[in-house]
Amino acid sequence: MYVAVKGGEAAIDNAHAWLADRRRGDRAVAEIAPDQIREQLTLAVDRVMNEGSLYDRDLAALAIKQSRGDLIEAAFLVRAYRTTLPRFGATEPLDTGAMAVARRISATYKDLPGGQILGPTFDYTHRLIDFALAADGEPPRAPTAPADAAAMPRVTDLLAGEGLLEADSPYDPEAPVGDLTREPVTYPAARDLRLQQLARGDEGFLLALAYSSQRGFGSTHPFAGEIRMGEVELEFDCADLGFAVPLGSITVTECQMVNQFAGSADAAPAFTRGYGLAFGHAERKVMAMALVDRALRTQELGGEVVAPVQDQEFVLSHADNIQATGFVEHLKLPHYVDFQAELGLVRKLRAEWTARREARDAAADTLADREAAE
Amino acid sequence: MPTRAVPPRPAADPATDARRAVMALAAAARVDELAPVEALAGPGVTDLRVPEIGLVMVRGRAGGSGRPFNLGEATVTRAAVRLAAGETGFAHVLGRDRLKARRAALLDALWAREALRPTLEAEILAPLAARLDAARRAEAEKAAATRVDFFTLVRGDD
Repeated sequence: MYVAVKGGEAAIDNAHAWLADRRRGDRAVAEIAPDQIREQLTLAVDRVMNEGSLYDRDLAALAIKQSRGDLIEAAFLVRAYRTTLPRFGATEPLDTGAMAVARRISATYKDLPGGQILGPTFDYTHRLIDFALAADGEPPRAPTAPADAAAMPRVTDLLAGEGLLEADSPYDPEAPVGDLTREPVTYPAARDLRLQQLARGDEGFLLALAYSSQRGFGSTHPFAGEIRMGEVELEFDCADLGFAVPLGSITVTECQMVNQFAGSADAAPAFTRGYGLAFGHAERKVMAMALVDRALRTQELGGEVVAPVQDQEFVLSHADNIQATGFVEHLKLPHYVDFQAELGLVRKLRAEWTARREARDAAADTLADREAAE
Repeated sequence: MPTRAVPPRPAADPATDARRAVMALAAAARVDELAPVEALAGPGVTDLRVPEIGLVMVRGRAGGSGRPFNLGEATVTRAAVRLAAGETGFAHVLGRDRLKARRAALLDALWAREALRPTLEAEILAPLAARLDAARRAEAEKAAATRVDFFTLVRGDD
């Protein structure tokens, strides 16, 4: 238990001043500006937007600068900022089928309608350090090719058309949408709440859980049906105006994981699905999210929950790295009163132990003396 | 309380469609691209809603077309103005730029004045649409250059 302490103001102020000085680093090196972070460390910005659960590239970039590149600290700053703002409402559900696609790949269909677009990817690079990046010089502009306006249907819509894939849950516009920022989660949690928590969950935690399921702790036999990344338009249902107002566009990444079959007496065998969606370009995140989403559906698909990745409460209550770091890191704050109580207790236990030990030794000595005498 | 999902959009009329198209351009604009609205709006503008920064909850759909869920929030700035002649304008734009939101609201108000539309088209909307189209096309052309054809090879050992 934490009991408040007083004092230390001057030391704390000086510590924060040193923090700011350290943040600046060697003053002989040019200071980094938030717009450089926004433009050149874009994937760090995307991660902070996801785990901070707020789409705002400039804010995430500034938070990364303030946190000295500690991305969980940056997400914490973004979450704290978010609490200072009113919420105007919700957008209409975004349509990833209408995305301006920058990347779109499928590991299940070679020749899918609309084609495979690699986009700006680390895939197929050799992961060799590029020392040229440390030298001056601009990279060449990206190559171009004539673009057609081919439609890019979601792969899952193609499979669903044949009935080989379970269909999406029906969309009831009147149904309420759960929001764990307003109401605490209770278990079992519906899929809307699970997806919300996974979307803001820690990428490393989700990655490890997804990996655990691939290695056999709750296997789901997945294929990456489709990964797509690009811009989608947002529309806000504005009560003042009575129509959907265009807000601008954001970048999102989506993963459709296709998993082994489920069927029943009533339903023919069909592939099952896991879904991942995240702000920005966050491919590892959405793949892990989709694997974990499918694993969390184990019970509703008639499976038995045997592994951590399938356990809703285990996954959802530990996925948020702001909560996790708060609870882990609070241990370093002064716990003097608490520790004094524990110290008193352990002294008492030791005194009792010593007294018992001395009494036992005394009894043994008496016995030995008596035996010697006999 | 859980919030309600958005009801299906009512069939829009052409006037609303045109207004939404202007709003979409304003939302995608840089603040300097909307600067001409200040002079066009003239004096006597009332701020019905002083530009205000807030949040909207962005919704996705499970599986892409299933039940909606809350993906995360986005910053939005909203503003509302009334011109001296009485036209009102509203704006909601992503981000935290108050000046941009106010200019977008002025543009919406000016759009209500039909005689002004050719001027707005010429000075603001057409150049803006051309820039956005070019940017979209450039992205699509970069994407097209990474279009890939994978071939499945016949295995030689069986």
